[in-house]
Amino acid sequence: MTASVLSAIKFDAEGFMVDPSQWSPESAVEIARLEGIETLTDAHWHIINFCRKAGEQTGKSPTLRQITDGAGVSTKDLFALFPKGPAKKVAKISGLGKPEGCV
Amino acid sequence: MTEEKNRHIAFICSKGNLDMVYPALIMGWAALGNGIDVTIFFTFWGMDMINKDRVDHLEIPPVANSSMKMNMMGIPGYIGIPQWMGMLPGMTPFATALMKSKMKGLGVPTVREYLGMLSDAGAKMYGCKMSVDMFGLTQADFLPCVEKIVTAGDFMDMTEGAQIVFI
Repeated sequence: MTASVLSAIKFDAEGFMVDPSQWSPESAVEIARLEGIETLTDAHWHIINFCRKAGEQTGKSPTLRQITDGAGVSTKDLFALFPKGPAKKVAKISGLGKPEGCV
Repeated sequence: MTEEKNRHIAFICSKGNLDMVYPALIMGWAALGNGIDVTIFFTFWGMDMINKDRVDHLEIPPVANSSMKMNMMGIPGYIGIPQWMGMLPGMTPFATALMKSKMKGLGVPTVREYLGMLSDAGAKMYGCKMSVDMFGLTQADFLPCVEKIVTAGDFMDMTEGAQIVFI
């Protein structure tokens, strides 16, 4: 298994993509795998696509609450889809920076 | 594969004033978002947070709070709100409304909603047995997010190895 898609992409020390424009759906699949999510389902993509759009509009990662409100996803589902720390995981997989908000 | 023990933070909420109920909610939510296990133990006045009838009526009184300055009411400088003024009828609801509107402006959920979010995200919440007995409450008085009523000893068992924050 190679993660060749990722080799051309720059990440910061914490593993967040430095330049969101380097993101591609293929890179999301690879990052998700590194984060312990084997397969990205439609439900995952619904959230990732929302985050990509939010990132394009604001230049920032949406917070968890912005995701649940904006993407129409329940907190339970969000935590089930991206277990063990969705805040960072969603941002990483969506190729965005570390979320800055508290809620 | 080595099974590492997950980081675990336990909050003890002992206060019911509006400004003192938020720290555990905000930090607990941040912890869950970062994959950290969260346990919250509600004791004494902290039980107001989980009391169905009280949770929407938490307040912040200006009396004996030296951080409440006149400039929060639009008067320049750093003079504290005089204590006698804080005692006037309506001052506590005024301060409460002010804080609630500020929080709302920042997109911060209400306490009731926050507790629901924390519960959905996997936080474990418990009421304190001694406080419950003292106030004559039962599990039925609490929001559904509260799993059960436990003793101080139970709490110690549940939080072995956890980092504990007392509020």
